[in-house]
Amino acid sequence: MEVSSHWRVKQQRYALIGEVCPSCEAKIFPPRDVCPECGDEAKTHYQFSGLGEVYSYTTLYDAPQGHEAQIPYTLALVRLEEGPLVTAQLTDLDDENIEVGMPVEMVTRKLRSDGERGMLVYGYKFRPRLQAA
Amino acid sequence: MTNSNFPPQDIYIIGVGMTPAGEHWEKSLRELALDAMIPARQEAGGIAPEALYVANMLAPVLSRQSHLGALLADFAGMRGIEAVTLEAAGASGGMALRHAVMAIASGLVRSALVVGVEKFSERVSSEIEAALSTAGDADFESVHGVTQTALAAMLMRRYQVEFSAPSDAFAGFSVTAHANGAGNPLAMFQRAIKAESYQRAGMVSDPLNMFDAAPMADGAAALMVAAGDAIPADSRYPKIRIAASSAAVDAVALHDRRDPLDFSAVRDSTAEALKQARLERDQIDLFEVHDRYTIYSALTLEAAGYAERGKAWQLAQNGQVSLNGSLPITTFGGSKARGDTGGANGVYQAAEATLQLQGRAGEIQIRNAKTAMIQALGGAGATAVTHILTGSETA
Repeated sequence: MEVSSHWRVKQQRYALIGEVCPSCEAKIFPPRDVCPECGDEAKTHYQFSGLGEVYSYTTLYDAPQGHEAQIPYTLALVRLEEGPLVTAQLTDLDDENIEVGMPVEMVTRKLRSDGERGMLVYGYKFRPRLQAA
Repeated sequence: MTNSNFPPQDIYIIGVGMTPAGEHWEKSLRELALDAMIPARQEAGGIAPEALYVANMLAPVLSRQSHLGALLADFAGMRGIEAVTLEAAGASGGMALRHAVMAIASGLVRSALVVGVEKFSERVSSEIEAALSTAGDADFESVHGVTQTALAAMLMRRYQVEFSAPSDAFAGFSVTAHANGAGNPLAMFQRAIKAESYQRAGMVSDPLNMFDAAPMADGAAALMVAAGDAIPADSRYPKIRIAASSAAVDAVALHDRRDPLDFSAVRDSTAEALKQARLERDQIDLFEVHDRYTIYSALTLEAAGYAERGKAWQLAQNGQVSLNGSLPITTFGGSKARGDTGGANGVYQAAEATLQLQGRAGEIQIRNAKTAMIQALGGAGATAVTHILTGSETA
């Protein structure tokens, strides 16, 4: 069931909570406790804005177990405004043409389901950024 | 990164064995491994291995079988020796060879058998995809439905955008691998393809098409490795010296890398290997790269210093990496045409390079091949294990 492994990262999955390095101020996602830039300890929580742009993307027609129902789906590497890259699905695409550099924003969606009696795993996906109201 | 005076003593490959790569429905994991171990031991003559290093990536998932060291040593009639599995995803084969080298270099072991084995055909494709994706980051990649193919596809798109490479830029790697595979009787695909076939191929994960991705194949390969003073004088074939052995890692997840298009583990382990062998890049006669995806061949050649960034695809397009080019790669077809045998890949590469250096490669023989570099990658270049082999004339 892997309940604890999903529960453990709920702050990341639901709210894009990463870390900021107290020494060099690098923003870190996913959290890793040791700053990849300067090597110092970095355990200070940091809330990412959820805004970014598409670094690269692909659409899959062959899915691994647990994702068959989503085929075809589009995955992306998103460059967050604060610096880090994050791997996630793109969603709410409608007829939108995806492009490298396209602005996107984080939303919460169902990531996978482990069968009828299995868990539903929720977390971040990214959609084309809506026009500011 | 390794940092040693290499080698403390001369270490050689003195026997190789390979099964055909493909779908071996009739063979179990252990039977397949045995089919490679027997010829490797026979070629080495009377020398008995003191240790068995098994390279395997997915048997615990795909065959519900771990503990392959004891299982295979017993099945091959070698009870009593030491045996263990080495796992570094697709780099497992290179890593198992490196452990044989380290064991022999330490003096604790004088001869070792290395066997790489992988059995994919036990499962359907969605289960294989899920198993292969365990080489990525489970919490932050795989949970989103990321596959190894999707990672390669995203690298390929970014490469095309960043370097303005044409849509058929990578065709040359596929054409080269298939041309070479046509001369390898053990290859899964033994027919050359035309550039037009690449253009027409079905999309797997855009922009990555069927000819950009290697097929997963069952297979096993084995090597007998020994210290120079443990080798009988009457070996059947020229012994092949292991002139360098090095390994380096990068972040597992692409999103954790400073520049995903820079395969830094390749750069680090290649530089270290060349230093150990006291060779310059252009003294390498053939380079068995990890070509599970065509984009990996390009990123490898660039990180290893054989091409400028964004330009390696031109080497394939111009024929420079073909059998008669300045730096032949994937000379037995690589993963693309031989078949990708997962954790066994690195052992196949070593066996194939050995045949090239011994002059036993048949119609795909590289003339006067004296030095070969082989490189096994795990995941999207997260682990790189590099070896340099030299023919005995130059030893």
